[in-house]
Amino acid sequence: MAYLWEVFMDFRGVIWEGTLTTLYMTFATVGLAYAIGLPLGVLLVCLGKGGLFPNKTVHGVLSFVVNTGRSIPFLILMVALMGFARFIVGTGIGATAALVPLVIAAAPFISRMVETALNEVDAGIVDAAKSMGATNFQIIRKVMLPESVPSLIRGFSITTIMIMNFSAMTGAIAAGGLGDMAIRYGHMSRNTHVIIIIVIVIVIIVTLIQLLFNFLAAKIDKRLA
Amino acid sequence: MIILGVVGVIRLVGVSKVFPNGEVALDNVSLTIDEGDIFGIVGKSGAGKSTMLKLIGLLTQPTQGDVEIFGENTCAIKNSKANAIKKNIGTVFQGYNLLMQRSVARNIAFPLELTKTDKKAARARCVELAELVGLADKLGAYPASLSGGQKQRVAIARALATSPKILLCDEPTSALDSFTAKEILRLIKDINAKLGMTIVIITHDIHVVRAVCNKTVVLDGGRVVEVGETGDVLDNPKNPATKMLLDFQI
Ligand SMILES: Nc1ncnc2c1ncn2[C@@H]1O[C@H](COP(=O)(O)OP(=O)(O)O)[C@@H](O)[C@H]1O
Ligand SMILES: [Mg+2]
Repeated sequence: MAYLWEVFMDFRGVIWEGTLTTLYMTFATVGLAYAIGLPLGVLLVCLGKGGLFPNKTVHGVLSFVVNTGRSIPFLILMVALMGFARFIVGTGIGATAALVPLVIAAAPFISRMVETALNEVDAGIVDAAKSMGATNFQIIRKVMLPESVPSLIRGFSITTIMIMNFSAMTGAIAAGGLGDMAIRYGHMSRNTHVIIIIVIVIVIIVTLIQLLFNFLAAKIDKRLA
Repeated sequence: MIILGVVGVIRLVGVSKVFPNGEVALDNVSLTIDEGDIFGIVGKSGAGKSTMLKLIGLLTQPTQGDVEIFGENTCAIKNSKANAIKKNIGTVFQGYNLLMQRSVARNIAFPLELTKTDKKAARARCVELAELVGLADKLGAYPASLSGGQKQRVAIARALATSPKILLCDEPTSALDSFTAKEILRLIKDINAKLGMTIVIITHDIHVVRAVCNKTVVLDGGRVVEVGETGDVLDNPKNPATKMLLDFQI
């Protein structure tokens, strides 16, 4: 235990830097992936059966794209997209290059999360809004999204943690996060202690994220008395 | 076709509604509802009551015939025009259909938000309506913390927010105990008397029409089998469907 602490003090600069990079990759991915996944999830619900503007064909195409995106293993996606990342951000390696596969992997996942949350909204409430002459846009903005905020937050927490896990894998393309540190200073240098410390740091971050968002979701949820 | 008589606030002329699966929900229905009526639509489950209310509330279109609201044929009108007419129709549902993430005040103000009413005016209207339905002390509460009767009061206040001329009620009391149901019916009657609104109530419960409706239509299998003054319809039932509803009342 004491030795572990010594190793931690030796590597704290590296670990700090890795943590910051991991957080950067995670939250940049969350932001960009939600910008794609949230509207996509709304579209999936609206185009689906019983939605605001059902369209079997368009829904089928979107659904297929989303399912395909979700079923490709992240490691394969990451390697396959190195060339594409070079084209988009000018480099195939590093944290910013890692954002490309991360966003592409996370967006379909988010769209399904959003879809599930929105489907929880009671159809009667949407009917009520329609009977008041609400436009589709008003129904989405003022009914569907606000009514599902507690579920959206819970989904947000799950998504963030998943993205952080994926971001650790980007260590394989020298993205510089905690995963990269574990490979470089732990695995390659045969230093198990560094790996243990990095795992502990990740567990702490994940726990904090989960506690924070569960608290927020519970605070915001007015559906139960 | 020439129809004689008063032009009602709501008129159905030869209306049929056939669903894509071939189900005939309404079959050649003609009906006039006049201003100030509390009009009851009764019939057993599957008779076509909800379909009729959806037609009047412009939530669906007939497959045949015309639905006229305020003398205007609502079939084949533009969405924006339909939305404008909807602002003059308030609806109360069996399941309340309140926004669970909004306080009572913001639920009542919801229709005003849709019409982009000035915030201050909306707030004042909200307080006024909460008083009308007896919930002035609950403005900050969330629906989940209210009783069934209180939720229905919020729903009624919300339906009245834009000062509509028509109030549609789909089984407004069937989720409530009989005491609370009576209170809600009294409130509906009050609203009719105070505001002179035209009210349409769907119910499978003869007690409800007897308590509040001046006119009643009996639907059976999507057809009008009896219509007239509530007393006439219920005291002199001519049709087996009406007799059955009366026989099976609890
Ligand atoms: N969306 C629909 N698709 C197919 N059939 C429907 C639909 N809605 C209602 N119906 C059918 O139309 C008939 C009348 O239904 P409804 O108006 O809901 O009756 P009520 O409200 O009197 O119980 C029923 O036979 C019902 O099964
Ligand atoms: Mg019904």
